[in-house]
Amino acid sequence: MSMYAAINKNSKILALFAIACTATVGLVNELTKDRIYTQHQKHLLSTLNSIIDPKRYNNDLTLDCVNVANMSLGSDKEQTIYLARFNSTPVAGAITTIAPDGYNGNIELIVAVNIDGSVSGVRTLLHQETPGLGDKIELAKSDWITDFSGKKLMSNNDSRWAVAKDGGMFDQFTGATITPRAVIKAVKNATLYFAKNQQTLFSQKNDCKLDDSFAEIQETQAHAISANRGVNH
Amino acid sequence: MQLLGLCPLLAVTSTVTNALGLGIATLLVLICSNATVSALRHWVPKEIRIPIFVLIIAAFVSCVQLLMNAFAFGLYQSLGIFLPLIVTNCAIIGRAEAYASKNPIKQASFDGLMMGIGFTLVLLLLGSIREILGQGTLFDGAHLLLGDWALGLRIEIFHFDSQFLLAILPPGAFIVMGFLIAAKNAIDEKSLQHRPVVEKNIERVRVNFDDQ
Repeated sequence: MSMYAAINKNSKILALFAIACTATVGLVNELTKDRIYTQHQKHLLSTLNSIIDPKRYNNDLTLDCVNVANMSLGSDKEQTIYLARFNSTPVAGAITTIAPDGYNGNIELIVAVNIDGSVSGVRTLLHQETPGLGDKIELAKSDWITDFSGKKLMSNNDSRWAVAKDGGMFDQFTGATITPRAVIKAVKNATLYFAKNQQTLFSQKNDCKLDDSFAEIQETQAHAISANRGVNH
Repeated sequence: MQLLGLCPLLAVTSTVTNALGLGIATLLVLICSNATVSALRHWVPKEIRIPIFVLIIAAFVSCVQLLMNAFAFGLYQSLGIFLPLIVTNCAIIGRAEAYASKNPIKQASFDGLMMGIGFTLVLLLLGSIREILGQGTLFDGAHLLLGDWALGLRIEIFHFDSQFLLAILPPGAFIVMGFLIAAKNAIDEKSLQHRPVVEKNIERVRVNFDDQ
């Protein structure tokens, strides 16, 4: 076979395989798409419920949010704020935020603040801090992150919002001060931001509303939420 | 001794559960890709066989990733980036090229099964050593893979106030791996010494079951 004919034949076969493989992945993607979405929302909801008591709100929390971009949330990228309401009255907001000055890069957090300004709870979503040292900000490794619950920020210069080494009220970790410092600063900034912008946030347009094609999933979510509420954690 | 696929081996085996999860995922991909490569071996021109093998393996890994994302979300999160990295596991493309492309489906699938089981066993061994040394537990996080009943499976062998970091980080994995290889070499040498030396005719070993 001449070289041209061989290249021709081989490229046709390669293209065929590429199409077949892509089609297979596409098919599996279609079949699992809904379930993956549900898993993701379930996970999000359980994180939100761990920092805002589910008894305090009765709106569809994962579908009621606003997207904002503000440097006090650690970056100029858009962040999501989930708004909890009880019978349409604002109760609390869960703010995804970033601590850019972690020891090993950005630390992604979610900070829940009540409308009275006190912190409802904080969780670490993503981080690259040193295992065994900085990773104590993870709830699985230590309950340090629960220290934020119930704390209030008295003013912009509240000196209690620092690690004990800097004269504040939060423990630092043995051998890791940079990590807790970064997290405390980020939580403080998020709390301040929420206090300043509460009114605007709760009256802003909902960015999480689904379109009609997902209406069925929305119903499933509603069922899941009411089932979730039946189990008191 | 074949040393293939060390990247995921060393990065993910900090706990037995992670090791088991990655091992099963790799096993699935190995069997499927070996079977597929074997089924299609007569239609794959020699010149483009490598890109085609990579396409097939990548397609299977993507499917396994999607399925895990849908059905075992907790484990999917802890395996993280190492699930898609199975594509780069040299053991898979190595077996596709060396065995599956030259043998019928049944033998190729069996080869995939055995290679996968062997890989999983090494992962488990390394994982348990590192988990015991580093965290003092076994089966920590097993519920992410096996369901909530496995929460009771967690055994705490001893309690550390601060963990033995070296065992959990990659350098520790290399060191433990080194010890395991040394141990296997020692066992091989010992068994060679005990076996009587037999003069035997060199036979040609049949590796190819295909009739021309």
